[in-house]
Amino acid sequence: MSPRHSALRPEPVTPEPVTPEPGRERNESRLGTLPPLPSWNPLSLWYSDGWTVTKRNLIKIKRSPDMLVFAVIQPIMFVLLFSQVYGGAIAVQGSDYTQFLMAGIFAQTVVFGATFSGAAMALDLKEGIIDRFRSLPMNASAVLIGRTNGDLALNAISMIIMMATGLAVGWRVNTSPPEFLAGVGLLLLFGYAFSWVMALLGMSVKSPEVINNASFLILFPLTFVSNAFVPSETLPTPLRVFAEWNPVSSLVQAVRQLFGNLGTAPVPDIWTMQNPILTVLIGITVMLLVFVPLCIRKFASISSR
Amino acid sequence: MIIEAQGLTKTYQSKSGPVHALAGLDLQVPRGTVKALLGPNGAGKTTVVKMLTTLIKPDTGTAVIDGIDIIRHPKSVRRIIGVSGQYAAVDENLTGFENLEMVGRLYHLGGAAARKRAQELIDLFELTAAGNRPVKGFSGGMRRRIDLAGALVINPKILFLDEPTTGLDPRSRIALWEVIKRLVADGTTVLLTTQYLEEADQLADDIVVIDDGRVIAEGTSDQLKAQIGGHRVVVALVDATDVGTAREILARHGSGEPSVSTDGRGVEVAVTDGPTALQNMLSDLRAAEVNLHDAGMRRPTLDDVFLKLTGHKADLTVTDNDTDAGPKLSKRAQAKRVQKPTADADATDLEKVT
Repeated sequence: MSPRHSALRPEPVTPEPVTPEPGRERNESRLGTLPPLPSWNPLSLWYSDGWTVTKRNLIKIKRSPDMLVFAVIQPIMFVLLFSQVYGGAIAVQGSDYTQFLMAGIFAQTVVFGATFSGAAMALDLKEGIIDRFRSLPMNASAVLIGRTNGDLALNAISMIIMMATGLAVGWRVNTSPPEFLAGVGLLLLFGYAFSWVMALLGMSVKSPEVINNASFLILFPLTFVSNAFVPSETLPTPLRVFAEWNPVSSLVQAVRQLFGNLGTAPVPDIWTMQNPILTVLIGITVMLLVFVPLCIRKFASISSR
Repeated sequence: MIIEAQGLTKTYQSKSGPVHALAGLDLQVPRGTVKALLGPNGAGKTTVVKMLTTLIKPDTGTAVIDGIDIIRHPKSVRRIIGVSGQYAAVDENLTGFENLEMVGRLYHLGGAAARKRAQELIDLFELTAAGNRPVKGFSGGMRRRIDLAGALVINPKILFLDEPTTGLDPRSRIALWEVIKRLVADGTTVLLTTQYLEEADQLADDIVVIDDGRVIAEGTSDQLKAQIGGHRVVVALVDATDVGTAREILARHGSGEPSVSTDGRGVEVAVTDGPTALQNMLSDLRAAEVNLHDAGMRRPTLDDVFLKLTGHKADLTVTDNDTDAGPKLSKRAQAKRVQKPTADADATDLEKVT
């Protein structure tokens, strides 16, 4: 058929374009009625927006089985792999490896969990829903708060599963309930603060695929060059120094201390290792103080593609 | 004027140097009217919409929406506008209802009112069957409708539609047009962007043709068509070797230079007195023993207008992932150098008609 044929078809019968008379009143009723806006104060608006987006992310967790599987299976796998496969080969002074290992696995899991924020922000950006949010008169931080809260929920779920698995393979908490709870709180808080770091990364990359690859480049050194799986004294000097100053090491050390899993091994004579709880608290504060404002600023200028 | 924009500019940096997405664009939209921004990919349409909906800031220039400065009071602007983009901005994991309820809550309607409104819109857009299933399983047309419903949660004074039907099949497109027409009939001001000439023709009171970040023409569809004169006569030849003869005969009775399609079988010319010219041409063609597949008369389309105004076809490369914001603009420059074969543009026409 000649390409010009299309032009020879009869002109389609098109309805008259709608031309409203100038200055005509809007017919409000057909579009439905709207209530007047409630006069909320800024704080309750902020809370309401944050909670609305958090709910969105909780529904997402519920409806994405792959995410739940990742959050549940991976920690179980790590606990079993490390305790059963490496447990016999890695000697830890004054403790058995499973006791030593669990704090490391907990720390690794909350750090890995934070990457969901990065990936999710990148995906939301790609799919255009960030544009929808940004065109609404909502609080600028709500999307990020909702996102990081989602990670927090996911991390909490992972944590419960991991602890149950740990208990099954012989791990025990040797301290009082308040200390135990402080340890759990420290882990979740660290993961939460790290979510903001990853969220900024997620908003800065061009595609969700990039963030997944970039995450591993950050996560593996951060979690493996630390005292999470082996005592840091065994590492060659440059790595040992990195491990001793690595915030993940402090987190692991703090959690071991709070759960009573330290054993009798001497603690390295480094301030961060001698005062791990304080170090972690400082780390969390710095991460939040730096990355929350950076994230909010970034969010105010991003748009899909 | 409910929208008044002056001298909007936006420049992006790309590897091949700065790209001027907008190069001093002025725009006025009277209250209660529908204005279409018409232009090919990369013309700057999406950038205009993103600017007016406060998603990106202009480098220079000002814009006022319903008396509110978009740069100084973006949040106030967001309270009176609704936006529906080219990529249905809905959460795949939420149901249609949950998506709309979330938007309502984020407009601060409160829980009960947000739910009531979500249900109203589900009914209005005939999404009842799909309202309680996650969006994941919906068709493209259905997603667009939810997205459009999302833009209407607060019954906005101004509705921005960025290529509302790009990528939709013809039936969904017509269905969406009906929805938009209903809104327009209720007096909502609409600014829509499109690369479908027929869409602008169907929906808009006024059309602004933009190219390379500038307004190149403005007026009603009829005014724009009037710029290139009356009817056009088109013939399709059985034998391409007759093209010289046919050209000569069409030139004799037409007004202006006939154009020949890329396959060499179609010849077209503008005419002043359509029916008489057609009769004369046909009798001359018959006398010259030129065999025709088809012959006829058509009214000028906006595609003709675009060709006349810019010297190039409205590159209707409908690649859905291509937008005119950002460094991808360089693609546009390439597209211009490598002229699209006419056949493609016509194929798009055909698709629109069916």
